[in-house]
Formats: sequence, C-alpha cells, structure tokens
Amino acid sequence: MSYLNSIGTYFLMIAEMFRKPTKWGVMKQLILKDIDDLIIGSLGIIAFISFFVGGVITIQTALNIDSPLIPKYLVGFATRQSVILEFAPTFTSIIMAGKVGSFITSSIGTMRVTEQIDALEVMGINSLNYLVFPKTIALMLYPFAIAIGMFLGILGGMAACVFGGYSTLADYVVGIQTDFEVFHVIYAFIKTFVFAIALATIPSFHGYYMKGGALEVGKASTTAFVWTSVVIILLNYILTDMMLG
Amino acid sequence: MIEVKNLNKSFGDAHILKGITTTFEKGKTNLIIGQSGSGKTVFLKCLLGLFDYEDGSISYEGKIFSQLSEDYKRNLRAEIGMVFQGSALFDSMTIAQNVMFPLRMFTKMNKSEMMDRADFVLKRVNLEDAHNKMPSEASGGMQKRVAIARAIVNNPKYLFCDEPNSGLDPKTAIVIDNLIQEITDEYQITTVINSHDMNSVMEIGEKIVFLKDGLKAWEGSKDTIFKTDNEVVTDFVYSSELMKKVRKMYLEENQ
Repeated sequence: MSYLNSIGTYFLMIAEMFRKPTKWGVMKQLILKDIDDLIIGSLGIIAFISFFVGGVITIQTALNIDSPLIPKYLVGFATRQSVILEFAPTFTSIIMAGKVGSFITSSIGTMRVTEQIDALEVMGINSLNYLVFPKTIALMLYPFAIAIGMFLGILGGMAACVFGGYSTLADYVVGIQTDFEVFHVIYAFIKTFVFAIALATIPSFHGYYMKGGALEVGKASTTAFVWTSVVIILLNYILTDMMLG
Repeated sequence: MIEVKNLNKSFGDAHILKGITTTFEKGKTNLIIGQSGSGKTVFLKCLLGLFDYEDGSISYEGKIFSQLSEDYKRNLRAEIGMVFQGSALFDSMTIAQNVMFPLRMFTKMNKSEMMDRADFVLKRVNLEDAHNKMPSEASGGMQKRVAIARAIVNNPKYLFCDEPNSGLDPKTAIVIDNLIQEITDEYQITTVINSHDMNSVMEIGEKIVFLKDGLKAWEGSKDTIFKTDNEVVTDFVYSSELMKKVRKMYLEENQ
C-alpha cells in the first residue's frame, strides 16, 4: 500500500512540477547551473569509464575468439554493438544514478531539512517547479553525454585492440563499420532520454518528500540510488522488448 | 490584521490545535508563547498556509485564506516575510543574492535597483559589509539578520518569525528583538513571533497568546502578563527564580 501511495505521489509531483512556472529569467539561470552541475560535471567520469570499459569489452571478446574461422574484425563489431546498445546507455545510467542521483537527493533533501523549501513555499513559489523542473530540462542533454561515452568506448576498444596486439587497426575499423544500423543508435538515444527523466525525477522525489534530519538525507540518497537503478533496469527491458523484440 | 477563528488541526489521532480564536493586529509585535510541544509551530505553519486545518478559519484583512483562489494566495504570499528558526538561507547564494531573491522572483526591478534595495535593507539590519559572504561564513546572529533583511526586502504586510532568538547569545537576541520591533513599528507590519524566550516576551510582547496543549490558555500583553493570576501562565513564565523576583519587583513598583 505504501508503494502504491509513493507511486501516486511521484506522478502528482510530476504534474505539480509544471504548474505555476518560475519567471523565465530566473529559470534560465537555474537550468544553466544544473547543466553545469549534472551534465558538464559528469563528463569526466563518463569519459573515463567509457574509455576503459570499451577496452575491457575488446580484450574479453578477443580472448574468447579461439577459432581461426572467425574473422578478426568481429572484435570491433562486438565492441561497437555492446557499447552502443547496452554499455553506454544503460551501464553509464546506473553509474549516473549514483553520482547525479545522490547529488540531487542530498541537495534537495538538505533544503527540506533546513526549511529552505518551506521558505520557497511561504514566498508563494512553486518549489517543485523551482527545484525539479530545471534538473529535468538539464538532463535532456544527457543523450549528448552518452554520445561522447559511445565514441570514447569504441575509441578505448580500438586502443586496447591495437596496443594489446589483439587485432590490427584495419580489422577493428572494418568491424565497427560492419552491418551498422542507424536505428540501433536511435534506440540507444531513446532509452537514454527516458533514463534521463528517471534520473532527474526519482532522486528529486526522494529528496523532496524526505522527513527527518541529516541521517535521513543519507538514507534517502541510498534509497534514491536503489530505486533509480531498479527503474532504469526495468525500463531498459521494456524499451528493448518494444523496440528490438 | 489577521483573524483566527476556532482553529482545529490534527495529525492522525493527535489533536494539536483545539479551537484557537485570536487576532493579530497591524503595527504590533504579536507573540505566540508556550512550552515545547504546545502547538506553536503548527499554529504558525497553519497561519502561513503550509499546513491545512480541519476546522475554523484564518482571515487576512477579512479575506478567509482557505477560500482564496490560488492566484490570490500567491499574491498574498508575496506580501508575507518569514524568518525561520534556522534562518533557511539559500546556501548556494551569497548573502546579497539571498536578500535580492524575493525581488528577483516578484518584481520587475533591474539589477542595480535590486542592489540598491538590498544595500538599504542590509544597512537596516547593520550588515553593510557582508554582501559577498556565503551563509556558511556568517555567524548565527548574522544569519538571523540576513533572514530578517530577506523577509522585509519586498515591503511585506506581514512578518512571521519562528523562534528568532533560538541559539543566540542574550545580547544578540536583544538586538534581534529590538530590530523586529523597530521594523514592525516603522513599516506598520503585522508581526507574529513564535517564541519561548521570556526576555522577548518582556521586551517586545505587545500582544501575547499563550498556548498550552493546543489550547489558548491566556492572552494579553507584556504589561498584563505581570499581573495575571492565571496559574498556567505564571507556572510557565515565572518558572525561574530570576523571573519570580522580576515579577515581584514589578508588582511592588506598580502598586
């Protein structure tokens, strides 16, 4: 029953977020600040993880190809497919649920604990629009960060392949061009877009409706990470079944 | 003026406010006092519209708050200044940005006009040189003064303060009390203060509402509180030996 209540409150929060919009001049600055905090601030970790996981995918694929009948360009092909279809959109989003999600929950939760949200409400400001809406808009740029992750994942795979001696550069390049389907990239971006909404709103929900003090802010951050990850994994399954199944 | 009639508020089975009726007059510092758990903060949050209530009414200048349209409520809230117990300053903004915040949200002032107004109110609370500090760099007393500056920057008609002296040393507490009273008088604001600081009661309590277990047990002023025989009030207000002596001296002087 409490889960149903929470789900209902979550959707009411989404609806409330669009009511009584904040002045555009103020909102514009909030969106730019959130782009800086949530997107620009995450590029480093996305680049680092993408590059090295791309390398690991390449090494593992290359080491599992024993048969001389399997062409060497398959390493590049498998890396590209893994990175574009699954690793960049989903795996990175789960990491972002930890990084961005806990940042959102703790910042909004701290505002709740220190009565800053009450201060906004007393002034007649729609606190959900002021706090959650700019984060949601900022995270609409998340697919661009994932595009960088895709590029660096494939680049990392190439570096591992060539410098590790698992295949030649020419074979790898042929592999990443083989049977390329634009729809797979579109599918990945649609997934990323949906994950971005979950990344913005679920941690906001846990921060906004938390009760208690500093300890509860920490607990809310952990809960937000768990639920954001669960929702991302479920959405990943549903979207994959709908679009590729 | 704010009128409260037969206000009732519960949380589940707990009946917190039990039929409170009172008025808070314009240009006066109105104090709500009582022990911890007596319902002061719930009462204040009902007045501010942060809590819904089951029964009764709260009227601002004759207009019942719960019956107002959302737009009217929003406009009314723009006329309310609030000083929270923990100051509730926005910690991502400088002190000047905190003070200018209501102006940015509700006025069409340009940046220099907002700066001028922020300068004025920061001077009014004796904080001329703190514009670029972050709230975390300010002392408790400074934070309270910034909160007061933010509350009055938009020329509010109503000022609410939730325990403005909590956590402050006695000297700073008196400065804050006097500041609130001066501002109330100067701008003819309806000020409602939630407090359990007896110094505040004696210094600035032009109207005092005493709550006990969610009931209005007594109301009067800083003068009548010395003379009251109401045992519930005297038990609370004159619980310390010092306050008992003060009362005795007051009564002897005024006999």
